[in-house]
Amino acid sequence: MTNLAIDVKGLTKRFGKKVAVDHVDIAIPEGEVWGFLGPNGSGKTTTIRMLCGLLRADEGQGTCLGLDFRTQSEAIKRQVGYMTQKFSFWEDLSIRENLEFVARVYGVEAPKQKVEATLERLGLTARQDQLAGQLSGGWKQRMALAACMLHDPQLLLLDEPTAGVDPKARRDFWEEIHALSAQGLTVLVSTHYMDEAERCDRIVYILNGKLVTRGSVADVIAESGLSTFTIEGQAVRHLVQEFEGKPGVDYAGFFGAALHVSGRDRAALESTIAPYRARADLTVAEAKPSLEDVFIHLQEDAR
Amino acid sequence: MNFSLRRVWAILVKEFLQMRRDRLTLGMVVVVPLMQLFMFGFAINLNPKDLPAAIVINDPGPFARSIVAALQNSTYFDIIAQTNDPKQARQLLQRGKVVFVVEIPPNFSRDIVRGTRPDLLIEADATDPAAGSFALAAFNTLAASALRDDLVGPLAARAQGPPPFNTVSHLLYNPESNTQYNIVPGLLAIILTMTMVLMTCLALTRERERGTYENLIAMPATPLEIMLGKITPNIAVGAVQSAIILLLARFMFHVPMSGSLGLLGAALAIYVVANLAVGYVFSTVAQNQLQAMQMTTFFLLPAILLSGFAFPFMGMPVWARWIGEALPATHFLRIIRGILLKDNGLPEIWPDIWPLLLFTLVMGTIALLRFRRTLD
Repeated sequence: MTNLAIDVKGLTKRFGKKVAVDHVDIAIPEGEVWGFLGPNGSGKTTTIRMLCGLLRADEGQGTCLGLDFRTQSEAIKRQVGYMTQKFSFWEDLSIRENLEFVARVYGVEAPKQKVEATLERLGLTARQDQLAGQLSGGWKQRMALAACMLHDPQLLLLDEPTAGVDPKARRDFWEEIHALSAQGLTVLVSTHYMDEAERCDRIVYILNGKLVTRGSVADVIAESGLSTFTIEGQAVRHLVQEFEGKPGVDYAGFFGAALHVSGRDRAALESTIAPYRARADLTVAEAKPSLEDVFIHLQEDAR
Repeated sequence: MNFSLRRVWAILVKEFLQMRRDRLTLGMVVVVPLMQLFMFGFAINLNPKDLPAAIVINDPGPFARSIVAALQNSTYFDIIAQTNDPKQARQLLQRGKVVFVVEIPPNFSRDIVRGTRPDLLIEADATDPAAGSFALAAFNTLAASALRDDLVGPLAARAQGPPPFNTVSHLLYNPESNTQYNIVPGLLAIILTMTMVLMTCLALTRERERGTYENLIAMPATPLEIMLGKITPNIAVGAVQSAIILLLARFMFHVPMSGSLGLLGAALAIYVVANLAVGYVFSTVAQNQLQAMQMTTFFLLPAILLSGFAFPFMGMPVWARWIGEALPATHFLRIIRGILLKDNGLPEIWPDIWPLLLFTLVMGTIALLRFRRTLD
């Protein structure tokens, strides 16, 4: 059995009467990349903050890198790289100045050389003297990643690191994540992007503070028991309302040009779909439910 | 572009909503005028009464007793010490415990009876020329009328005409009653309070407002490390300001600098740190930069009005003096005026040094206790 980088049970956080995180269990083996998914306000950021000691958990126990996450958060901080959701470096410092500051606070040996090497590795050398505040989203994110790797952490907690970043930068970012994971780093990354979720070894989905499902992408899809049909064609735009509330239809909505109609009751769904198969202007096909179908289904279900 | 009242209304409503959410600002809007009203209305007195005085009695005769009684009964003087040792009285003056020393010479009563018009000496601490001027002016009349009742029988003739003694007044430490000698060193205290508090009150507030606070506390830096790191650069700023003001005081305003500049430097360092600590406490409380500025104003007002900078400290009622005693500016004013004008040394300024140290310690502790290591 491999060691667990994160092993917490019953993690709970309340803000006044609102339960932001409700008895969440997370166990991540060392060296894996886990995706943390869930709608806005579902408790992802709160969970991550509790794991790195920025919020005190009201309940729950367990370990982060073998240290008690409730009492040893100072020791955990030294071995965790945390990337905040909102860019939180000093905008009036240059990239190099920011990195050197971080390296010194973490007590990195030979900070200058370390910063030099990190700049090189992430392709930031040419921009090292630019002020962080003047960088575009993609470069900011790259700098933030550089900063949270400076002290060679064993665990990366990344809170929506790719929000507002262009596709190319996102791809580069994920290549870096996979490279780090290959070196044995454990990564927990929250995201709203399905393609990113599919790049993770495992995903955890939380909703209203409760852990709803977890596992590999294939497991999560299979577990949902969902059947999905795609309907394409000229008139398809007007069909959405027709499907709403029909027997067997849990959810109908567009993904690109295609209408996805999903439901758990396959037989009922088939009979609802049947009349449309006959129409000449529509193409109906059964599809493997996508992760997005599953998540939207879960979210609708909770209403 | 046409003008639309509806758009004005829309903006007005939004501003009101935002104003209502900013409770601290609303509180300040009410509290600051009240504070000013109380301070200007009740605390400030340009004609200070009950000024502490020491009396040196070298003659136990009846006339001397009458003068003591008259001064005691007057509203201007409050005799807090009677002695026959001029040295001891001078020390009280040096330490700022008294503003006046009245010295009744030996054989005062005998000389009055003989009609040789003995000297009645009054020494005044003129570091703040405004503080004692009214009392000084009243002194002669007071003393003369005190003796009037005693001059009866064969001495009745002495009650007519000029008083049967000479009043000799000595203005010590600032013989020309030069207001600048008082104001310019005082200004150093006020300017330092203003800039030091202002600079550190933004220390954490800015981090919070820009969202870098989360990053800062996610890193393994302790509250003490963060505080020291943030405060120390401002000490250099304080040093530069002090140097500029002291140089101008010396060469432009010709303020005498009779005491030890090394001692002044040490006191300045303590004073600067005390103010930085206050600012840092504000920055642990303020949610945004506006609030931090408002707190600074809140602190600055009494520092200017109740410290003895703008108005005589001794002229204030007791409650205002207690507030004054709690402010670092009050103590530093005494220290700097004492060192520059009175040639005070460490023993004389120590009563004002330890309050500064205590203040710094208390503020530093509050700041560390208030520092949130989590986002809860």
